[in-house]
Amino acid sequence: MIKRSFIGLSKPRLEYGSLEDTPSFKQIPTSKEITLLSNSPFDKKKLLLKKKAVVKTGQKLLVYKESDEYVVSSVTGKVSSISSYIGDFGRSYTAIAIEVADDEEIDDEFKSAAGGSKDATLETVKNFLAFAPGNPPVKLFSDKNKSINTIVVCCADSDLLISTNQHVVKSDIDAIKNGISILKTATKINNIIMVASQSQMLKVSAIGEKVNQVNDTYPSALPHLIMKNILGKVVPAGKNPEDIGVCFISAEAVASIGNAFNSGQIPVTKIFTLVKKDGSKSLVSARIGTPASDIFKALNITLNENDRIIFGGPMTGSSVYSGDHPVQTDTDAIIVQDRDDIPVISDYPCTNCGDCVRVCPANIQVDMLVRLLEGGHYEEAADQYDLYSCIECGLCSYVCVSGMPIFQYIRSAKYELGRANTAEATNG
Amino acid sequence: MVDNNMVDTNKFIVSHAPFWHDGSKISTRNYNIALAALPAILLGIIFYGMPAVGVISLSISSAIIWEFVFRRVTKRSNTIGDGSAAIIGMLFGMLLPATAPWWLVILGTFVAVVIGKQIYGGIGANPFNPVVVAIAILMISWKDLFDFNEALMNYDFDFAMVYPLAALKHFGVSAVDSFNAGDLLMGKQSGGIGSTFGLGLIAGGIYLIIRGIIRWEIALSFLAGVFITALIFNMTDSARYAGPVIHLFAGYTLIGAFFLATEDSSSPVNFIPMLIYGVGAGFLTVLIRNIGVYVDGVIFAILIMNLTSPLLDKIKPKAIGKAA
Repeated sequence: MIKRSFIGLSKPRLEYGSLEDTPSFKQIPTSKEITLLSNSPFDKKKLLLKKKAVVKTGQKLLVYKESDEYVVSSVTGKVSSISSYIGDFGRSYTAIAIEVADDEEIDDEFKSAAGGSKDATLETVKNFLAFAPGNPPVKLFSDKNKSINTIVVCCADSDLLISTNQHVVKSDIDAIKNGISILKTATKINNIIMVASQSQMLKVSAIGEKVNQVNDTYPSALPHLIMKNILGKVVPAGKNPEDIGVCFISAEAVASIGNAFNSGQIPVTKIFTLVKKDGSKSLVSARIGTPASDIFKALNITLNENDRIIFGGPMTGSSVYSGDHPVQTDTDAIIVQDRDDIPVISDYPCTNCGDCVRVCPANIQVDMLVRLLEGGHYEEAADQYDLYSCIECGLCSYVCVSGMPIFQYIRSAKYELGRANTAEATNG
Repeated sequence: MVDNNMVDTNKFIVSHAPFWHDGSKISTRNYNIALAALPAILLGIIFYGMPAVGVISLSISSAIIWEFVFRRVTKRSNTIGDGSAAIIGMLFGMLLPATAPWWLVILGTFVAVVIGKQIYGGIGANPFNPVVVAIAILMISWKDLFDFNEALMNYDFDFAMVYPLAALKHFGVSAVDSFNAGDLLMGKQSGGIGSTFGLGLIAGGIYLIIRGIIRWEIALSFLAGVFITALIFNMTDSARYAGPVIHLFAGYTLIGAFFLATEDSSSPVNFIPMLIYGVGAGFLTVLIRNIGVYVDGVIFAILIMNLTSPLLDKIKPKAIGKAA
């Protein structure tokens, strides 16, 4: 954890780590059972996928009737259970557990559908690669309401401690190159903008696309700030880059697409950083769906009561309540925090010190915003104090002298407002 | 989650992002403020001896006790650990003459902690700087006790034991001719226990600015406001109005700039508002000193600017993505 420096006059400098800090590369053996999380909410009546169904590695599994939502099995085996999983803010997922068989068989549906890189179509990408490592935002390309005209390939990692994209750029630049040309053919979008950190510039420019350099301090690599500082387009408050025609895709996702067409196989392993209690990092590769506990076992990490497991980076990730939580397609890091290292969140009031206001990259007057949010005045917060301008970097909570959960206040306010708006829309 | 039959013995902490914190704490901030004020207090103690120790100690302890008692009575959590009450007591003591009677100190900390802070809801909720509120009320109620010349009559030093601002008010510019900047900075003037050692206050202020505990914009713009206003007065009529040096280094100016005006809760946080707030307080200070009835204007100037702080903070930069 990076602490406040003695000289507190300047803003905290949280630098994105480089890949050199994450030396060892550990391959996790396939687990006995893996779990895939589908974005569809659990609904027993509409289940298409049946228990005991036999699945092959790389096989696309449609989960529900009348829905094109799918997962891709990362192993060969038998579906052992299909259940509900409730994530942050009560979001419902469908958890599909697969018991792994001894012999692995590779599914060839994608191979016969895809053909070579040259005849890649948007349909194939959309139908097979939504569950590939890095979470390619394939749905956006065919979304009629979005009309994407620019693709930003982000080679830098957006949160701290993460080095997945850096690793892919270093080890698999050809796959990225291939993925970009497939994306161009499939989407017919030729405006590709690469975004890379200083150390990656040389390597990334070899691809031949336009490369822009992103600052190496957090939160420069978050999409909203890349939009503002590099593309010169400010995303309107409450909107996402795709709403103004820009689609962000990570280097890892591009490489997944490239590799899929190259090998005729949907990639099923995820590369992520594992941060141990002592802060040491290692790069880990595991099948999608591998329970975190198997990774801890392989790396000799013991967990105690009241420790914390975080999926994602330290600023924007989310903590999970089970050691068996599976690696997902967008899991870029798993961080283990010892209970003694968990910063205390307090119910102390804001003292108006202004640290959050100075650190906010979105120029929000956080000190006033948080007063309104604490009182539950969400609409006023949105109207007068720029709730929707928040780009969710978490720096306000990071610097808060009172230890207030400011970021969580903001997220729950957005969630509650969203819920109220949906209710209004449905009830007329 | 996945398999309900599995026995998961460990319960983990599930909370929300971010999972890091920079480690800053209210108590650390307050103890640093105490540290920064120490040089000024020490010189006050060297000059005024045990009575000064008595006033400062009584002030700090009674402030803490008032906070403890009030929180107890109102059945709220005990907050004396955050150091805020201690700082209020300390700063209040620093503003008093060393001869302040015990009841004045105890009454003053009551006003500061209970009326100035707690009745608004405690730390962070006070619209005015609690210390300044207390001094203002006591100063109006017991004017004589704050007459530093009278209060410190029995002290005899190797320098002119005169409260420069009172001399200036009553006898004109010629009365303060004997004061030079060096002497004033070294505390060779009459005044509050911890408010005369200019050099110590400046050093403490710079320390707090570097640590990011007080906002430099407020402190510097306050001093700039005092300097410029005093200079303008002085240039229009140098026979009636003293130059900026006296105004900067006498009275409560320096302690006001670094320790009073910068109180978090009652001052703005945006850049331009901080400058307006600081300059405004500096301007009002000299205005009150030069053409008002009070000897020192710092206290009332800060109170008035505290009042404007929420309004000033409406001047804010445009958030990204905001249309208007």
